[in-house]
Amino acid sequence: MDLSILKQALIEGNDQTVADLTQRALDEDHSAETILSDALISGMEKVGELFEQGEYFVPELLLAARAMQGAMEVLRPLLAASDYQPLGKVVMGTVQGDLHDIGKKLVAMMLEDSDFEVIDLGTDVPPERFVEAVEESGAQLVGLSALLTTTIPAMEATVGALREAELPTQVKIMVGGAPVTSTFAQDIGADGYAPDASSAVALARRLMAP
Amino acid sequence: MLRYASLAVPDPRDLVFGHAPTLVSCGFGLKLGARVVFPEVNFTLPSMPLTDSTWPDALAQYREMARGVLGRARALEAPGMVIELEHLPPMTEHPEWGAQITAELLELLENEHAKSGLACALRVTPVDLRYGERPPRLRDGPLWEALRLSLVACTESGAHILSIESEGGKEVCDEALLRGDIRGIVLALGVLAPRDMAWLWNRIADVCAGREGVIAGGDSACAFANTAMQLAHQRLIPETLAAVVRAVGAARSLAAFEHGAEGPSKDCAYEGPILKAITGRPISMEGKSATCAHFSPLGNVAAATCDLWSNESVQNVRLLSGSAPEAFAESLIYDCRLMNEALRRGKEHCLRDLLVDSDRWHSPQALVISPEAAVAIARAIVAAPSDYHRATAAAQTAVQLIGQAVTQGKLMLSPAETRWLDRIESDLADLPDTEGELLEQTQAEYGHLFERSSYGL
Repeated sequence: MDLSILKQALIEGNDQTVADLTQRALDEDHSAETILSDALISGMEKVGELFEQGEYFVPELLLAARAMQGAMEVLRPLLAASDYQPLGKVVMGTVQGDLHDIGKKLVAMMLEDSDFEVIDLGTDVPPERFVEAVEESGAQLVGLSALLTTTIPAMEATVGALREAELPTQVKIMVGGAPVTSTFAQDIGADGYAPDASSAVALARRLMAP
Repeated sequence: MLRYASLAVPDPRDLVFGHAPTLVSCGFGLKLGARVVFPEVNFTLPSMPLTDSTWPDALAQYREMARGVLGRARALEAPGMVIELEHLPPMTEHPEWGAQITAELLELLENEHAKSGLACALRVTPVDLRYGERPPRLRDGPLWEALRLSLVACTESGAHILSIESEGGKEVCDEALLRGDIRGIVLALGVLAPRDMAWLWNRIADVCAGREGVIAGGDSACAFANTAMQLAHQRLIPETLAAVVRAVGAARSLAAFEHGAEGPSKDCAYEGPILKAITGRPISMEGKSATCAHFSPLGNVAAATCDLWSNESVQNVRLLSGSAPEAFAESLIYDCRLMNEALRRGKEHCLRDLLVDSDRWHSPQALVISPEAAVAIARAIVAAPSDYHRATAAAQTAVQLIGQAVTQGKLMLSPAETRWLDRIESDLADLPDTEGELLEQTQAEYGHLFERSSYGL
C-alpha cells in the first residue's frame, strides 16, 4: 500500500479510514516507525500548514488529530517495544480566581493532539494544586492561563509556588491569556509566553527540546 | 408564560437606534427607547489582586472612575447615562462587596442627578458563578447560593437594572465550537441554555419583583456567541460558524424576556437587534467604541439599532487625555450625540443605513445583525414551535441569508469559509426532528459534560 493514501485520509480527518489503513499498512509489512513518520507525522505537518495558511480551522485540526489518535492506538503497542515516547507531560490550568476555560482547553486539546500527555486541572486552580499535580504526575511542563486583570497576580503566585516547591525535576512554565504579555511572563519568572494556542504548541515543543 | 409568537418590529425600517416600541423607565429619570440614545459606560480595575487587604483601594478606584465618567457627562452635556458595574468574580462571591460598591456608585449617581439633573441609572451584573464547577451545578449548591445572595444584595443596595451573562450550556458549547459541531451547538443553545435561562430568569424576576426602582434587565449570549466571535477573530474557527452561532444565540437570549426580563438587554448581546425585533424592548449594544475590551467585525452596524451604546469594559489606566474610563465615556457621548442629532433632524434612517452598509458586506457576522437580517431571523424564531426548533430555524435562516449575499456577489467568502457554509447547511439538514432525539444522539459525545438535573431533564 502506498502510504500517501493513509496520509491523505489523515489530512481529511477520516478517523475510521485512517485506523483501517494503518492496520492494512502493518499487515503489508510497513514498520510502525515508517507508518508514523511517513504517513501520520507527515500528514499532521500538512494539516498544520493548511491551518497556518488559513485553509483549515481548529475543527479540521482536531478531526485530523482524532484520526491520528485512532492510528496511534493501533501502533502504540508496537512503538512501545521500540523506545517510542510521547513528547512530554504537561499540567494545564486557569489560575485561582479565574473561571475562563476555553483558551486553556484549546491549548490542552492542541497539545494532546501534538502527542503531549496533558493533565487538565480546570479553572480557578490554587497554586498548591499545580504543585501537587506536578509532584503526582512528574510533568515536565506547566501551562498557566488567566483572562482577568485581577487574576494575573495569581499567575505570579503560582509560578512562585512551583519554583519554591522541592520538585524532583526542574519544571518549565509557560503562560498565556488576554492580559498577559511576554514582559509580564519574564517578570514573574515564567520560561515562556504564548499569545495563542498554536504558538503555545510550538513553545511547548521548544521548552521540551533536550 | 409569555411566549413570543409575533414580532414587535416586523418592518426592518422601524428597527432603528433610539426607538423601541416598549419604553423602559429606570434610575433617576432615564427613559429608554424614546428617540434618544444614551451611553452606557462600564469600567473595571487595572491589574491588581482583589483581596480583603486591597478591597479599600478597589473601592477608591471605582469611585474615581465613576466621578471621572460623570464629569465627562456633565462637561459634554450628555442627556443621560447608564453606568454598569459588571462584577469581578470576588464581588459576587462576597455578596457584601458587590453590595458595598453598588451603594457607593448609587450615591455618586444620585448626587450627580441632584446637582446637574443628569438622567442616569446603575446597571449591576453579578458573575454567573455556577459555571465554576464541572459539570456545572446550576440549581442548587454553594455557588448558586452565593449568586442568589449577590443578586438580592445588589438590588437591596440600589441597583436600578439587574442583569447577568448566564452560562448554562457553555460546558457543551465550548467543546462543540472547537469541534465545529452544529449538533453540539444546537444542543447547548437550543436545548440546555433556554432551560437554564427559564429557571434562572424566573428567579431574577422574583428578586426584582416588589422592589421599587429595580428592573430585571436582560442577558447575553456572550459566553457562546462572543466566544465564537473571538475564536473567529483569531482565525481558529470560521466566521460563517460564528455568524450562525450569533443567530442561534438570539433564540437562546430571548428566554430571558420570556421569563421576566424587561430590557435593556446586555451590551455584549450583539444578538440585540433580533431581540428588539421580537420584543420591542430597548437594547444595549457595543462596537467601535468597545475596542478597549475586544475587537469585532461589526463596529458600526452594532450601533444601527441600539438604545444604549456601550464600551463593554475599560481598565482604569492613564492615557494622555486622562483616565481610560473618562476617555471612552467621551467617545460614547460623541457617538450618541451624532445619533441623537440624526434623530432630532429626522435623519435617523440615513445614519442607520450608513452604519449598516459600512459593515454588513465585510463580514457574515455583521450581516446577520443588520436590520433586514435581524427581522428575518426574528421571524423564523417566533414561527418555530419549541426552543429547539427556534435554534435550528435561526441557524437555517442565517445560513440562507449568508448564502444569498454570496450568490448576489455582495459578500465575499474565502474558499475555506464557503466550504464551511456548505458544511453547516448540510449539518443543519441532518439534525433530528426533536430535542429528545438530539439528546440521545449526542449523549456519547457530550453527555459527560453536563448534569441532566441542572436542566430539569
